Amino acid sequence: MDLILGFVQSAPVELIIVQTINGIVTGMILALVASGLTLIFGIMDVVNFAHGELFMLGAYCGVVVFALTGNFWLALLTAAFLVALFGAALQIVTLRPLVGRDPLTTILATFGTSLILQNYALWQFGPVSRKIGEPITSQFTLFYLQYPWYRIAVALLSAAIIGAFYLFLKHSKFGIWIRATTQDRLMAQAMGIPVPWVLTGVFAFGAALAAASGVLFAPLGGVYHTMGLDWVLKAFIVVVVGGMGSLGGSIVAAIFISLLEAYASIWVSPAQAVIVSFVALILTLLFRPTGLFATPK
Amino acid sequence: MSAPAAEPLVQVEDLHTYYGKSHILHGVSLHVGRGEVVGLLGRNGVGKSTTLKTIMGLVPPAQGSIRYEGRSIAGTPPHVLARHGIAYVPEDRRIFRLLTVMENLRTGLDRRGVTDARRRELLEQVFASFPVLAERRNQAGGTLSGGEQQMLAIARAMMLEPRIILLDEPTEGLMPRMVAQIREIVDTLQRQGVAILLVEQNVPLTLAASRRIYIMEKGVVRHHCAAAELSVHDPIIQQYLGV
Repeated sequence: MDLILGFVQSAPVELIIVQTINGIVTGMILALVASGLTLIFGIMDVVNFAHGELFMLGAYCGVVVFALTGNFWLALLTAAFLVALFGAALQIVTLRPLVGRDPLTTILATFGTSLILQNYALWQFGPVSRKIGEPITSQFTLFYLQYPWYRIAVALLSAAIIGAFYLFLKHSKFGIWIRATTQDRLMAQAMGIPVPWVLTGVFAFGAALAAASGVLFAPLGGVYHTMGLDWVLKAFIVVVVGGMGSLGGSIVAAIFISLLEAYASIWVSPAQAVIVSFVALILTLLFRPTGLFATPK
Repeated sequence: MSAPAAEPLVQVEDLHTYYGKSHILHGVSLHVGRGEVVGLLGRNGVGKSTTLKTIMGLVPPAQGSIRYEGRSIAGTPPHVLARHGIAYVPEDRRIFRLLTVMENLRTGLDRRGVTDARRRELLEQVFASFPVLAERRNQAGGTLSGGEQQMLAIARAMMLEPRIILLDEPTEGLMPRMVAQIREIVDTLQRQGVAILLVEQNVPLTLAASRRIYIMEKGVVRHHCAAAELSVHDPIIQQYLGV
């Protein structure tokens, strides 16, 4: 007991506060990535292994547009829009023909797509990491360090995008179509809802969310062809811990896991801190296999 | 989509449908005229529901033709049929359980070409027919009682302003008071010129509400006559529906 207490006390309060802020910032980006993933899973029953590559593709789109125009916010919007179009095309070509088939086939299709996109990016942009300049360069003093305002802006912006997305699902005509299709695909069709296009739209929407998070993250971590891997792995953990298909669950789980990792990295290296995410995943699968916050369909 | 007056609204000929390898419909032929209420009777498992699902495009027909307003519609996706005036009320109601009553209605109402005035009119009409739905408009569909869900299923279909409603066992498991209410709405719809293909187990109600009757057995239509020619105790009814 004394050992544990001493261990906790070994971390100064300032450090814990800094790590809390770091955890929330990472958690909000992760929530943005995971909300696209959980949306696509919830409505289409597709586990999208290419989600990380859509994130990466969004970041590269951001790099290109930023290089051309120098405007970060324009890069963000353009990337989300272009990757949404690309996602729609991808869904029509690779996933629509598989509707009604064994879900395993969609895993093969999205996994194959992710390999193609990754290698395309390597071929097109090379192995060297690119960077997008931070649109907000000012900093504020947080105890002993200069904390960039951009990180706070990223967290707020992610929250705003998720909030807008929630309102869209809740009140718009397309949102009602999406929720009706999730609950009963055949009956939705019988009510005149163009289900094949709803599925395409949802995939495009999830792709746009991934791309937007890619651009937002680019100034923090750089842009390279495998950048999606870390994120999508964590996003999968978040989606499972939060309950497959539950938007609220994913957001809570994203922040929960990111905070866990941030606190863990007070004592161990960040690479080792990832272990706590997996511990959370394994414990969830053992004791609450449907996820901590699963809602019935 | 205009058709000569003599042509029925829906005409089904020699329809064969399979679920996997089991042959359910063995050549069903029937028709429904404009604004006509037609009853489809038969024991459980003779293919009545499958006939409705096949017309709606939810199950693909293996053989045979389905014509709607003079055009072949076999193979047309259900959402296109719904937009052209065919509405489907399934046996198990299939309310969107997590959507509110209002959102359930909006699935049929949020179409192109529905003006705000028309929206209000349609909503007022179903709320007048089913006052309980107005009371519960912000409640999740899954929290309604069985009878209320049935009313919502019919109301939802009415939002499409259909020319025909494929109505599958609307009174199954309902209290007598609710059965009377369903009967009333069938009559109201008919007065408005909506055709109904009514699948039912309740023989007296079907005979009273319909103009013509088809009786099915083992995946085919065995008997076809005017509803007025049949009574509940008719030997034909005993033969095909008696237990």
